[in-house]
Amino acid sequence: MTVTNTVDRAGTADRPAAAPLQRLSAHSQSRVRQAWLFLAPMLIVLALVAGWPLLRTIDFSFTDASLNTMGDANYVGFANYLAYGPPLDAFDPETGEYYLYDAVNDRNFVLQAETGRLIDETDFDNLIVYELRDGTYVNVDTGEAAPGIADPLFTWSGVLADALWWRSVANTLIFTVASVTLEVILGVGIALALNAGFKARGLLRAAVLIPWAIPTVVSAKMWGWMYHDSFGVINEILLGLGLISAGLAWTADPELAMMAVVFVDVWKTTPFMALLVLAALQMLPSECYEAAKIDGVHPVKVFFKVTLPLIKPALMVAIIFRSLDALRIFDLIYVLTANTEATMTMSVYARQQLIDFQNVGVGSAASTVLFFVIALITVLYLMVGRVRLSSE
Amino acid sequence: MARWGRIGFYALLGVILVYTVFPFYWAVNASLQTPQELFDVTWFPFSFNFGNYAGVFENQPFGRNILNSVFVAVLTVAVSLFLSVTAAYALGRVKFRGRAPLLLMVLSVSMFPQVAVLGGMFELIRSLGLYNNLFGLVLSYMIFTLPFTVWVLTTFMRELPKELEEAAIMDGATPWITITKVFMPLMWPALVTTGLLAFIAAWNEFLFALTFTLTNDMRTVPVAIANFSGGTQHELPWGNIMAASVIVTVPLIVLVLIFQRRIVSGLTAGAVKG
Repeated sequence: MTVTNTVDRAGTADRPAAAPLQRLSAHSQSRVRQAWLFLAPMLIVLALVAGWPLLRTIDFSFTDASLNTMGDANYVGFANYLAYGPPLDAFDPETGEYYLYDAVNDRNFVLQAETGRLIDETDFDNLIVYELRDGTYVNVDTGEAAPGIADPLFTWSGVLADALWWRSVANTLIFTVASVTLEVILGVGIALALNAGFKARGLLRAAVLIPWAIPTVVSAKMWGWMYHDSFGVINEILLGLGLISAGLAWTADPELAMMAVVFVDVWKTTPFMALLVLAALQMLPSECYEAAKIDGVHPVKVFFKVTLPLIKPALMVAIIFRSLDALRIFDLIYVLTANTEATMTMSVYARQQLIDFQNVGVGSAASTVLFFVIALITVLYLMVGRVRLSSE
Repeated sequence: MARWGRIGFYALLGVILVYTVFPFYWAVNASLQTPQELFDVTWFPFSFNFGNYAGVFENQPFGRNILNSVFVAVLTVAVSLFLSVTAAYALGRVKFRGRAPLLLMVLSVSMFPQVAVLGGMFELIRSLGLYNNLFGLVLSYMIFTLPFTVWVLTTFMRELPKELEEAAIMDGATPWITITKVFMPLMWPALVTTGLLAFIAAWNEFLFALTFTLTNDMRTVPVAIANFSGGTQHELPWGNIMAASVIVTVPLIVLVLIFQRRIVSGLTAGAVKG
């Protein structure tokens, strides 16, 4: 609602002045038509590169598509997300049967994909055939129900049943919370320092922009070199200070890899945060500060009681912006630590399934989940940030 | 007391400066060292050995990779600026029903995680015959440059004085003439800022470039650097990687330093306001 109102209010600025009013109103019909004509190329391109691929990806997530046979895939319902059934690797495509083993009762089963019949073939001379009736397996010969017979045979499958996916979710959340928190603290600190007038301010502001300008892949490589376990400068410094006794494998050690990635991200994106906060700081009214100064309020108290509440809206927008970025992180992690479990994020997981394993269905399911997580946060952003569509 | 406070303040500034600049210095340092020096932490590149820089171009098609990146980034900027100037005119100057939802939609596209469209984009690129083709990259890059350029240019276009446009209309100018002859000359600052930010985004992009190109000579710079490999499988050619990193970063740093103010205002306009 807010959004629409602000736009309409801004729109009144376009209303022509009194004198040329008549000629313009004659124009207004064709003006609107021309506006759509001018919009069309952009909208078509955006629909082609954003709308269509997004819909196709969601569509793929319900199929068994693989990278080479994307065209002729079959719909499999929600199987890529979550399904309960025979393990997929027990399937023999030549016979169309699943070969299953019940380790608890030491029995062998065959599941016919086409008929859905479950056959206990532990004793070949005495095959017991079960059929699914109303969700329960029933012995075809005796008519006795055999509930729970499939439980030791079936497993949960799909993205949501994959431990690695949940590991990726946890990694993504840890990464997001850790890096955004550090960025906010450092960013506010740097912004406050930049906001205090001093001679070399321009130089420092330029220096702060350098990490932002460096391509992510390049920063990953630069830090990869600094993190090097035998020749890296970070180990050298820590050894020199006596903090560690042997060089650490920063990017290979599962316990350190996440920390290593967070450090690089903080280094790279704090400037962005600092500049946003600085922009907010420079818009603050100076009266509050003068009043506080006259009253002799301690600077730390001024910060928490005056500055922070005033820059909070801008800070919130910056935090949500950065969080959205952090939630979809890919390149830094892919280049610095490759596909290791310790740092795998949702984006890395999805791409690995989709491209490396060529499993378009599962990869798309992961992509789709990630998309809806981000969409949810975007809605939150629009509500919290109360985006002003007009430039007030 | 005040003096110690000042010293502390400048010490803090020094720490910030070292923190932000040191990794880049360290890359420059490594790029100028001989392979022997690399295996020992050396704080200054005394030998100024440019072998790594020569090696970058000898061992891989890095010159070609740079040209690819320049081509893709320039074309991406040109196409997205063209599409967004016309769109910004409609969104910023003409009042019509559905304008606010449209702007919201464009904004929401900028929040798309690239990976969310990866499967569909792969299919699209392949069905258009653009796999392992630079035009495929340009097309796919529209997803993150267009929302941004449309957004910023619309904001800018809206603030231009309405008298200008009225005068143009009175003189019988078509919208196209109004845009190109009346608005464009005023829009250069905004075009430079958005163009530059779009250029940097396209120059740095990795995921699509990694996924939609296959051969060494079609790779853009980030993918090439990520894939640098040395003579042996276990030891990466760090000297070459650092030299390549410096080569692709220096132009960006120069651009950023020249257009510092514009970039800052562009970034904050894109984020704080939008």
